[in-house]
Amino acid sequence: MAVAEIKTTKPQTGFAEFWFYFSRNKGAVMGLVVFLIILFVAVFAAFVAPHSPSVQNRDVLLLPPGWTQGGQWTYLLGTDAVGRDILSRLIYGARFSLFIGLVVVTLSVISGVLVGLIAGYFRGRTDTIIMRVMDIILAFPSLLLALVLVAVLGPGLVNAMIAISLVNLPHFVRLTRAAVMSERTKDYVIASRVAGAGTMRLMFLTILPNCLAPLIVQATLAFSAAILDAAALGFLGMGAQPPTPEWGTMLAEAREFIQRAWWVVTFPGVAILVTVIAINLMGDGLRDALDPKLKRS
Amino acid sequence: MAGGSKTFGPSVFQRKKGLAPMLRFIFGRLAVLIPTFLGVSLIAFSFIRLLPGDPVMLMSGERVMAPERHTELMHQLGLDRPMYVQYFDYLGGLVTGDFGSSIVTKRPVLDDFMNLFPATLELSLCAIIVAVLLGIPAGVIAAVKRGTWLDQSLMGVALVGYSMPIFWWGLLLIIFFSGYLGWTPVSGRISMMYFFPQVTGFMLIDSLISGQAGAFKSAVSYLILPTVVLATIPLAVIARQTRSAMLEVLGEDYVRTARSKGLSPFRVIGVHALRNALIPVITTIGLQVGVLLAGAILTETIFSWPGIGKWMVDSVFKRDYQVVQGGLMLIAAMIMIINLIVDVLYGFINPRIRH
Amino acid sequence: MKKLSTLLAATAIATLMAGSAWSKTFVYCSEASPEGFDPGLYTGGQTFDAAAHTVYNRLVEFKRGTTEIEPALAESWEISADGKEYTFKLRPGVKFQTTEYFTPTRELNADDVIFSFERQYKADNAWNKYVPGASWEYFSGMGLPDLLEKVEKVDDLTVKIVLKRPEAPLLANLGMPFISILSKEYADKLQADGKMELMNQQPLGTGPFTFVAYQPDAAIRYKANPDYWGGKQKIDDLVFAITTDAAVRAQKLKAGECQLMSYPNAADVAELKADPNLNISEQAGLNVSYLAYNTLVPPFDKVEVRKALNMAVNKQAIVDAVFQGAATVAKNPIPPTMWSYNDKVEDDKYDPEVAKKMLEDAGVKDLKMKIWAMPVARPYMLNARRAAELMQSDLAKIGVTAEIVSYEWAEYLKLSSAKDRDGAAILGWTGDNGDPDNFLDTLLGCDAVGGNNRAQWCNKEFDDLVTKAKETSDVAERTKLYEEAQIVFKKEAPWNTLDHSLAVVPMSKKVSGFVQSPLGDFVFEGVDIAE
Repeated sequence: MAVAEIKTTKPQTGFAEFWFYFSRNKGAVMGLVVFLIILFVAVFAAFVAPHSPSVQNRDVLLLPPGWTQGGQWTYLLGTDAVGRDILSRLIYGARFSLFIGLVVVTLSVISGVLVGLIAGYFRGRTDTIIMRVMDIILAFPSLLLALVLVAVLGPGLVNAMIAISLVNLPHFVRLTRAAVMSERTKDYVIASRVAGAGTMRLMFLTILPNCLAPLIVQATLAFSAAILDAAALGFLGMGAQPPTPEWGTMLAEAREFIQRAWWVVTFPGVAILVTVIAINLMGDGLRDALDPKLKRS
Repeated sequence: MAGGSKTFGPSVFQRKKGLAPMLRFIFGRLAVLIPTFLGVSLIAFSFIRLLPGDPVMLMSGERVMAPERHTELMHQLGLDRPMYVQYFDYLGGLVTGDFGSSIVTKRPVLDDFMNLFPATLELSLCAIIVAVLLGIPAGVIAAVKRGTWLDQSLMGVALVGYSMPIFWWGLLLIIFFSGYLGWTPVSGRISMMYFFPQVTGFMLIDSLISGQAGAFKSAVSYLILPTVVLATIPLAVIARQTRSAMLEVLGEDYVRTARSKGLSPFRVIGVHALRNALIPVITTIGLQVGVLLAGAILTETIFSWPGIGKWMVDSVFKRDYQVVQGGLMLIAAMIMIINLIVDVLYGFINPRIRH
Repeated sequence: MKKLSTLLAATAIATLMAGSAWSKTFVYCSEASPEGFDPGLYTGGQTFDAAAHTVYNRLVEFKRGTTEIEPALAESWEISADGKEYTFKLRPGVKFQTTEYFTPTRELNADDVIFSFERQYKADNAWNKYVPGASWEYFSGMGLPDLLEKVEKVDDLTVKIVLKRPEAPLLANLGMPFISILSKEYADKLQADGKMELMNQQPLGTGPFTFVAYQPDAAIRYKANPDYWGGKQKIDDLVFAITTDAAVRAQKLKAGECQLMSYPNAADVAELKADPNLNISEQAGLNVSYLAYNTLVPPFDKVEVRKALNMAVNKQAIVDAVFQGAATVAKNPIPPTMWSYNDKVEDDKYDPEVAKKMLEDAGVKDLKMKIWAMPVARPYMLNARRAAELMQSDLAKIGVTAEIVSYEWAEYLKLSSAKDRDGAAILGWTGDNGDPDNFLDTLLGCDAVGGNNRAQWCNKEFDDLVTKAKETSDVAERTKLYEEAQIVFKKEAPWNTLDHSLAVVPMSKKVSGFVQSPLGDFVFEGVDIAE
């Protein structure tokens, strides 16, 4: 996602430079490839998945993976307690996880940047109040706050996304504010102000583009954190509700088979782990490519 | 909760010297703490009023409560008063250390918190110790051997740890070590065979004090898996942070000078570089407290570890509003105080070591 | 890794040795932390197991494994001819437990009994509000505050309970955990010391086990009461290992970390049965799950419509999908283990063809209805949503469009009892005391309309029968009345009776003397373990 943003917001030369540094990081490129594969699978789930994620085949309950004894190759990763194909559920689950990441990042970036811009640009009382509220949010362990928020809003995927966005908010606010504060006294900003640029224009068109780099890095990290958090909420029974094939929810449902059917428990976790690693690898690459200080070393 | 992204070191006060600004800084932070705490209390208070459902209704389950009795109980619990009255009443209670009583158990929230907190603290301390003891050396080695296969594999492992859904990791460890190998017990803090007074609340210490043969070993065997699970993310974050801090320091002039003077590499790395690199690492460790508590929620749930994380999750599901409210307050207060201590420590260490 | 394994093996051996050198300890993997240790204050089964059935006794108790009343702290009783006066003769020489925190100086007498009653309903009793938010849910739920005229002392070992009206189920109520008999002497001491809240933390009674310690969310420990009037127990120590996750409880049982567990996952039962070291005890639970139509709202006010809908639903499929077979299809509103269960009643047969025709005959076309599915798992219905989905597809086959709705649990309980509720609600009931009145009158009586009577069904014939049965003390007579009431119920079909779930208790083969209670209690009096 972040990559796409860069494409549209940076001029070609900037992108070429970015790609030069990004592609030097082998891990990041690997992460990008894996991520694109997951993205492809999610988008074309209906064609890729061998079975429907919701059809229950009562003849093959808790079938082990294809390569093990007693497994069937049509059910490559085995079946769950009600005879649904695990691979197909994981493939459809990728949609949910990527969607969660995307929505959470979009929500928290947009609102966080907005609030952070306001705080950093106007300073004074507005700033104090905003930062105090952010302090309050940060005073709670994020997962606990999200858990209680979802309990208030009612368990479900949408509410889980809202809750995670909210607990992510302070990081973007702080980051934007810090960047704005260091930019607003710089010559080019003062120059535009003297030239008569309005507040809105100054905030969004002059200052914001120059604070983008750290925001993009943070957004990538928030993307993977959101997937983890949503899965954790699902695991605690407060995220997506069964029979949604969300990975964390699948794990929660699988818990009772922990001793009997290792595959039901193992594969959803592998899916989460691989996705998160891929995104974090990309995040590391983005940081290296965008952070001028590290570029030199 | 992946951690590393959340390292925002306090930059306010890096260049100040002497004790007076230090004190001013501490008092300044304390003054900020109070409105934040009020805000926290307001959030905790309003959350539980927003929770759907009626706590009194749940008291009788399937049996329908007569409306008169419902009114009577609402009155008895003070839930029929205006919100602001309830809030100020609650604040008044907080000042005197009264965090309310559980609707389900009728026990004071603070008592339960104090009872369960040592279990969480023991687990968290063990996890952070493991994370520091393994994370810092791993980071140093990776930095010194930068670019080698050792660096790459250490950082690869750190990346995996950093990306780990720990609730799944815990399940995997249970399947393998408890289920398949049968080496570790499934859940709890110590074998039910042992029983001794809880002097400190730390099972490791209490089992030693008790003098019962095997009790300590039993406590250790119950602690291993939860510690590993809870330490995973902090360990990865600390290793990554140590590596990048070391890299930065190793590139600085005084380290180069020390090297060129012919000091032993061990001395250069161990004494000069590491000491300076540790500053941001300590901040990272401090900031892991929130991450640890979030992790404790999951770890304790998986291992039936009787601590405050599990207590909070259970209370959310039981709709025990008073406990959720009081627990949120207590946990937030604790995190705020720990963050303050970290800030202050950072302030102390930073100027002195730098010059 | 090698080293680790030796270390752990050594640990295991040390643990075993420590175990054998110790006394005989019985470990029970329980499902939840007790809410407290004063059974009067709470309604949770885990609390009753942890307090009422270990530490305390009652005047009368349920004979093990049945719902029949037998003498306990009361040796005998007499009921006056008008059914309003109950005179109990207390068992002489019953000692209260001696613990680290209290040493009793006297034996059980009438004062203790009167104290145990009065604290639950007399607002001027110092113990009526001794913990914040104290409320005596069961005492008021069973209607005792309105029923009791007085509880008085005749002499030291005789207590008389006077009622405002005759009520046959009273004896069964007195066997319930909430009315356990506490020590007045202990209460007085706590009151004098200003530590009344300890009554709820350090219980002291006359029961088979003495409370030792509670480690919150982890374990409760008891030791056998050497002075127990029923004789000292064969086990020395009793431990409740609180393990909220059913899969973990099963693992602990298999690993030998506990000898008996409560509430296994339905999915695990087959595997537990296959384990050669385990015994499985099974019994029909004292519960029922039902789909209650709102009989005040057309077209559900018509018997034919309700009957047709009943016949359209394949209840066996629900039992299979939701309980993996660990339940039986219900035909009566009371479970088969309860006395007066009428086995002659014929259930509405699953027959979509006939059902469709009946609906047509009743002039109902394109029926749209709501099915209320509760959001939580209860013993009588593990997954209401799944059950509702099955009903939905069954009803679609006869041309009825059903929409599934759900609310947060407390909301659900409240909204489902409203008289103008739109739709049929899934709910259920777990018996409190084994008396049919506790189902038939509580759930279907005219007084309960707008309350527990979720069908809002008031049928004079039925109501007369159960009211008459309530006022009759003779059990044979009552049985006849209740049997007849069940026939009326089935004819009128205010509910679709769904299932009675099966209570499954897995335990180690070493355990002997455990008798499953139809009331769902876990009672460890009389259990033993082989070495």
